[in-house]
Amino acid sequence: MILPKIKVLHSHGSQYIPDLCRVELTEEFRGRPILTQSGSHAVLEAAAQRCPTGALSTTPFALDLGRCMFCGECARIAPDSIRFTNDYRLGSPTRQGLVVHAGDTHIAFPTAAVRPELPHLFAHSLHLREVCAGGEGSVEMELNATGNVNFDFGRFGVSFTASPRHADGVVISGAITEQMSEPLAICYDAVPDPKLLIACGTEACSGGLFAESRAINRTFFDNHTPDLWLPGTPTHPMTFIDGVMTLLGLKTRK
Amino acid sequence: MNYTTTHNTASAVRLCDIPTVTYAEFYEDLAAKLSDERYHIAHYFALMEEQSRLRFYCLLLDDHTAEVLITSFTMDYYAENALPSLTALHPQVHPFEREMSERYGVCFGKMPWAKPLRYPFDRINRSQTIDNYPFYAMTGEALHEVNVGPIHAGIIEPGAFRFVCNGENVLHLEIALGYQHRGVESLFTTTDNRLRQLLLAESIAGDSTIAHATAFTEAIEKLTHRTAQFDTERSIALELERMAMGIADTGALCMDVGYQLGQVACEALRTMTINTTQAWCGNRFGKGLIRPAGTNHPLTPQKAVMISHNVAEICGRYCEVCDDVRNAPTLLARFEQCGIVMHEQMAQIGGVGQAARASGMQRDLRTSHPWGTYQHIHHTPITETDGDVMARLKMRFTEVQTSAAWIAQLLDNFTPTEPSSPDYTTPLAASSLAFGLVEGWRGETCHVVVTNSTGAIATCKIKDPSLHNWSALALAVRGEGISDFPICNKSFNLSYCGHDL
Repeated sequence: MILPKIKVLHSHGSQYIPDLCRVELTEEFRGRPILTQSGSHAVLEAAAQRCPTGALSTTPFALDLGRCMFCGECARIAPDSIRFTNDYRLGSPTRQGLVVHAGDTHIAFPTAAVRPELPHLFAHSLHLREVCAGGEGSVEMELNATGNVNFDFGRFGVSFTASPRHADGVVISGAITEQMSEPLAICYDAVPDPKLLIACGTEACSGGLFAESRAINRTFFDNHTPDLWLPGTPTHPMTFIDGVMTLLGLKTRK
Repeated sequence: MNYTTTHNTASAVRLCDIPTVTYAEFYEDLAAKLSDERYHIAHYFALMEEQSRLRFYCLLLDDHTAEVLITSFTMDYYAENALPSLTALHPQVHPFEREMSERYGVCFGKMPWAKPLRYPFDRINRSQTIDNYPFYAMTGEALHEVNVGPIHAGIIEPGAFRFVCNGENVLHLEIALGYQHRGVESLFTTTDNRLRQLLLAESIAGDSTIAHATAFTEAIEKLTHRTAQFDTERSIALELERMAMGIADTGALCMDVGYQLGQVACEALRTMTINTTQAWCGNRFGKGLIRPAGTNHPLTPQKAVMISHNVAEICGRYCEVCDDVRNAPTLLARFEQCGIVMHEQMAQIGGVGQAARASGMQRDLRTSHPWGTYQHIHHTPITETDGDVMARLKMRFTEVQTSAAWIAQLLDNFTPTEPSSPDYTTPLAASSLAFGLVEGWRGETCHVVVTNSTGAIATCKIKDPSLHNWSALALAVRGEGISDFPICNKSFNLSYCGHDL
């Protein structure tokens, strides 16, 4: 009975990522896009027409990652103007910060936009309550993965907890369905102050494909502003880890 | 009775070629056919036509002949007569009848358990809300109720579970869903942007991205008269998805009984599997991979080697985990004889996928209604007989290994397809019906696309395997200790958003 376990343990070896700040994703990964003010305007218009969520605008030329589905079609139509890189550092402390303009070389993370008490309060221990409000499961699985044997975000004292009473903040995934709008508000209210709020995934940031759906109720954001916006379909675990670490001052961007 | 007979690889059916029968004929024929396990309903839905008439379409699958039988009947939207319900005879009809009565107010006479299904925003009775879901109640001094949800303890989707317990024993579980309703089906009809429709299909259930995207794409290709050229790639992607989720579920079951070694070993293996998908198409869940009549991510020889190498290693290591679990009495004590769903029950509720096969049913679309590559590889359904948590876990063991073997075989004989760009613009055949039937990792995934006279999508009806299998979970926990609910739940691992749409 012990032999099979030894075999599993032996094959498993060591799986954790030694340095979470040095991770590079595969070239294929579609992360932060680079926009260049070149190429034909008509081609760009065609790309904007095809965009499933209206994330791409031509005048001014900008791509809103808060609405982007990262399907990459615009970059195929207008390769001279748009290119997706494998940079997963997509988090921003403001919603406006998710809009990428021509010439941008990174997603800005101005510390002035971060509530000053957050690093002081949560840099050594952060327990989060996740609320899925219309997420289709992929963002949720990626958030689970942040604590798994590979990413092990728990090494920085960041983990997820079951009770909102034990939590320091709420992570929202999904476009916020009508039927989940009230449970979400109740859960958020149950988290004691001081607390932080994270919108995780393109659907949480803007509603994504469901922004226009009548089954969605996003009034929660009328009264509550996230401290961190994380785009992605789904948000890659490294995007989450990088975003939270930057928010808490554990790393700086550029 | 009158049916249009087609099969999973045939082209779209013109609506005028679908016979219209009377409800009495429909009722009589279905009542007889569904008594035989070889038949089950793939989809049954109503669609509003001109002049306030509802046309009801039913797609019936015959597992012996690979046929898909399609028929329809109509009814005046304002008619007040009740249609005799089929649910009492065949519980598998239940979710369909619930959906039609909730959406259009169709009255099914003597339907047992006549409750809303998912509280869609366009339901007929807006005063019915999910907050006042009519849970079944039992009274008695010894009994108590336990409510779980809609928000659960872990990072998972919301849904409300109401247990009626006698002490620790569950007498009854009722599951109220609808919290995840996003209006997916209606969004297919409000846009003519094919890419947007495809991304919607990819977003129906995150863990079944490939299955749903393939089902929708197959339907679209039938409506555009394009033959798929990427069958092998799609099968490889689908089997990778099956491997990833089989491994994830094995790890989750180990976690729920506190077996950390099994959990972390599976976490690492799942990471490796989805990273393989990511190295192929840039997304760990395969978003962006399945596109109509083309692909943006051709399977190059280098990528084929990478996949082949990774799959072999994953499978080898996963087999060691399976071996370990099979030899651990402490784990078997939890998994065996727990959460049993009998074959007969599964057949009645119309269970699909690996959960149904764990109860001894032979139901697998890869065998019964093969499409694409599955027409050539002759998959034999993998079954277990016990119908308990262990049987569903053993299904994962075998399915993961079989998928790995299929991937290896498909890659061995793989010749790269000439790359071609996806087709987002070819007009759809007007006034037609096309379906995509795909055996995803969770089970039968069905998309039915109906177009109107201008070729726009009039409706896209989606059936996720979870629709029927949620009933199986409710049956599984009857008589079990409530503390066994988590492992029963994980052993099914059903989708909330796939059900709620």
